Amino acid sequence: MALEQQGVPTIPVSTHVFARLAKATAVAGGLPTTRSCFVPQPVVARTPSELRAYVEGMDPVHKRPFMQGVLEGLTEPLNDEDLKDASFERDAPRYLEPDTEDNLRLFFMEQGWTDYLPIMLPTEERVEAMLKGTSHAADRFVGYLRPTNFREAWGFDVEKVAINAVMAGARPDYLPVILTAAASGVSARSSSTTSWATLSFVNGPIRKEIGMNDGVGAMGPYNHANATIGRAYCLVSQNCQGGSMPGDTYMGSLGNNYNYTACFAEAEERSPWSPFHVDHGFKPDDSVISIFFGGWYTHSGFGPRETWQEKFIRCLVAADHYSPPVFVMDPIVAREFIKLGFDKQSLIRWLSEHALMKAKNYWDDQWVTTLVKPHAEAGVEPMASRLRADPEELVSIFAPDAIKIIVMGGETQGAFKMLSGRYMNRAVNTLSSTRTDTKGAPPGLIDYWR
Amino acid sequence: MTKIKVLDPRGYPPKVVGKRLADRPMTLDGKVLYLIDCLFDNSDVFMEQLRQWFAEHIPGCETRVVKPRESWVDDPELRARVAADGDAAIIGVGL
Repeated sequence: MALEQQGVPTIPVSTHVFARLAKATAVAGGLPTTRSCFVPQPVVARTPSELRAYVEGMDPVHKRPFMQGVLEGLTEPLNDEDLKDASFERDAPRYLEPDTEDNLRLFFMEQGWTDYLPIMLPTEERVEAMLKGTSHAADRFVGYLRPTNFREAWGFDVEKVAINAVMAGARPDYLPVILTAAASGVSARSSSTTSWATLSFVNGPIRKEIGMNDGVGAMGPYNHANATIGRAYCLVSQNCQGGSMPGDTYMGSLGNNYNYTACFAEAEERSPWSPFHVDHGFKPDDSVISIFFGGWYTHSGFGPRETWQEKFIRCLVAADHYSPPVFVMDPIVAREFIKLGFDKQSLIRWLSEHALMKAKNYWDDQWVTTLVKPHAEAGVEPMASRLRADPEELVSIFAPDAIKIIVMGGETQGAFKMLSGRYMNRAVNTLSSTRTDTKGAPPGLIDYWR
Repeated sequence: MTKIKVLDPRGYPPKVVGKRLADRPMTLDGKVLYLIDCLFDNSDVFMEQLRQWFAEHIPGCETRVVKPRESWVDDPELRARVAADGDAAIIGVGL
């Protein structure tokens, strides 16, 4: 669309499953008559001759020869429809039309405002009670969210977060945690075809103040705060970013169970190591939520047993290597690693040094090819070295600072999990950080939103 | 049945500002057409097939295959180059 604005007639080509998304993006971008053309899905892994057949074949959306659409789109003069003013405002009502409770529950579900589990309806009384959980005014602007970086960003204030927190069943004293997650600018409802999710970990005094569970079943459905904070973050994301509707604002092929709720607490008091947030520049008595963008894979293991090194290497190499790992380990596991002579940083270094993969396997990955290779070709290290490597040469796949360790669990088992998760607190959404007045509030600091 | 009043959970959408498509040339013959490979997996192979199609069917149209610096990230320098000496563009294959 930017090229059209610069005077260049442009045809965007997409695969047919993205037709609704392409139309919605064009409308939101003020160019509803964008002359998009479509080829069949998939393009990935198709041979040159198969793709030539796409070029010479039919546009499955417009039901006309693909090249006819391309040539007409580039050369046919603009018509009356093209020249109409495409500006418009969208309503952002504060209240919905009053209705019965049953009808409103159905309405929320039909509008795609829920996760299809029962919600608490956000009545004025409930929202007012929720707002008592923060000192900030209801109309204080919080930030922006969007389903993916090429979609429009929607804004939201404290009241909108409180409304979604009520829907999730959260209590008012959880609200600062939910506000902090929402203010990150990281959507827990990414629309990526790859079905991302967010995993959030809470550190500091607020864990105990609101009764989060870092013990038995720390990652399971055994605690009200853990469950509803994670759910509220997900509902805020889908509703305040403009939706999470399959085929329109959600394109994840398989979906992700972590999209229901995924908020956990570190067992700081039982961990032999420094708390995660302290490792990342916060004071011990700061309350912090750390957001990880991932959820692609989950490996499990127990130990460390005699052959733990081989087990960890198998996990690392089996990971989707575009998404770095966060190791969640029971305090038993952490203490056993101390007996083996490791502290947290030396264990992370060991993991990084042994996260090796043949170069041919590293590059034979859709996301590494799409998102990493351009940097490698531009000479950015360490990607450039990986690209120069012989196909059979082992290359490092995870730098030490990409690997994280968090301790939690009930000590009923020496269990660990390796989860896909990129630490996001340093990569806060630029729209959010520049348009809010949170200057001086480090991303993730819950105390700011108390 | 008692009716109750509830609040709307949705965020605030930005105003949509209408824009205008660029004027079209009468023909692509004698024009410069940029084929912008958006870097999605295998889109380079698709763009090469598109380039070959133009070479065979509209040989008077000069095609130039180019790539942005990153996938899904705006590349103002590339846009400036296309706008400076291009008459039209095809970008793909996007998601």
